[in-house]
Amino acid sequence: MIGIIDYKAGNGPSVKSALSHLGIDAVLSADKKILSECSHIILPGVGSAGATMDSLRELDLIDTISEHALVNKKPFMGICVGLQVLFEKSEEDDATCLGWFKGDVVRFDEKDVRVPQIGWNSAKFTRDNAILDGIGEEEYFYFVNSYYIRPKDSEIALAYTNYGKQFCSMINKDNIYASQFHVEKSGEIGLKLLKNFASL
Amino acid sequence: MLTKRLIACFDIRDKMVTKAHKFQNNIDIDRAETVAKKIYADQIDEIIFFDILASAEKRKIDIDTVKMVAENVFVPFTVGGGIRNLDDMYEVLKAGAEKISIDSMAVRNPQIINDGARAFGRQCIVLSMQVKKVDKSEKIPSGYEIAIDGARVFTGMDAVEWAKRGEALGAGEICVNSIDNDGTHQGYDIEITKMISDAVNIPVIASGGAGKPEHLLEVFSKTGASAGIISSMLYSPKMPRNYHVKEIKDYLIANGQPIRPYIL
Repeated sequence: MIGIIDYKAGNGPSVKSALSHLGIDAVLSADKKILSECSHIILPGVGSAGATMDSLRELDLIDTISEHALVNKKPFMGICVGLQVLFEKSEEDDATCLGWFKGDVVRFDEKDVRVPQIGWNSAKFTRDNAILDGIGEEEYFYFVNSYYIRPKDSEIALAYTNYGKQFCSMINKDNIYASQFHVEKSGEIGLKLLKNFASL
Repeated sequence: MLTKRLIACFDIRDKMVTKAHKFQNNIDIDRAETVAKKIYADQIDEIIFFDILASAEKRKIDIDTVKMVAENVFVPFTVGGGIRNLDDMYEVLKAGAEKISIDSMAVRNPQIINDGARAFGRQCIVLSMQVKKVDKSEKIPSGYEIAIDGARVFTGMDAVEWAKRGEALGAGEICVNSIDNDGTHQGYDIEITKMISDAVNIPVIASGGAGKPEHLLEVFSKTGASAGIISSMLYSPKMPRNYHVKEIKDYLIANGQPIRPYIL
């Protein structure tokens, strides 16, 4: 069973739909007991980093998520804002985030590009990984973001994307995965990545 | 690099996809979820459903259809028409749509753009505008006026000014729908699409008039549009011929446009 953290993020139900379509059991929940029974955890995300952190605090979910991902080492996947909040801080709402990874989250420069970035952009993968089984070296995914991550440790980068400048669009370290793009809305390639995640 | 999007647009009445000409004379095509599944399988980049109403009389959004579509389509999906307030927006998003398109409602109450962007994020809010070419005047310097209510009511508002205001209020995208070109299949209105895409720094969607792949090439090469809405050319039985998504994408790629390629 995959546990999707339910903190009223807009795309929680879409992630669940995508998993159901793949025949994978998933539950959208903020209940600690239910989440503790899950083998995998997904942190979805749409909207702002500050609002996301506020919701996670209000629902008292921060320790739960950290315990599953960092202590119990369950396969973990963050999506969009669910990637951004894993870093130390975000320029958006000047938010203090989870700080699992060193680095920050900054806004695209309006002088270079239209903000938000909305649409299909390519992600170029930096190394082999089980989550990329059957996925090409460079594939198109759906992005919706005004902010991007700047990891201090470039070793965690699993993919890069260009939008005005090159930015890190997916990370992985051990059991932790997170993508800036919306795997649940990236057609058959996105579904394949989700399926691979569920098989970890 | 970020690619240009092809967005399939469908009008829905009583769970059926219908096709109108100049906002009138609707004919039914097929059930909404059947059409959505097929166009998803055809690798469209994005889908917009307008006027998903349980019935034309009650003007209430058909949430069951939104759900059915969202459960079967794994590309972004926008719902427009019939949205009156934040509660309606929340219902539509909760049912699985990614974005909400607001049009006449936003003209009547511009604050809804701001409220929606604050509540759900600006990426959820598509400001859709019906524009008509008119004589340039002091009040309408761009020569394009905003209309509402199915192009029946003219507002005296300048299209470019309204686009800029929409961006400032928090819209995440602007969809420019040409009343003159809608249903003509003679190409998008390049002039207003260019004026608006030059005036704002959020993505602009061109709408109204696409009849063949050349029209998409024209709007992508002559304006800053990030996406083009296609409708009749995909499925309308009134057209001399229909085009497959693959055919359109192949043509645009061959002509140098950044497009997500069709995967065989």
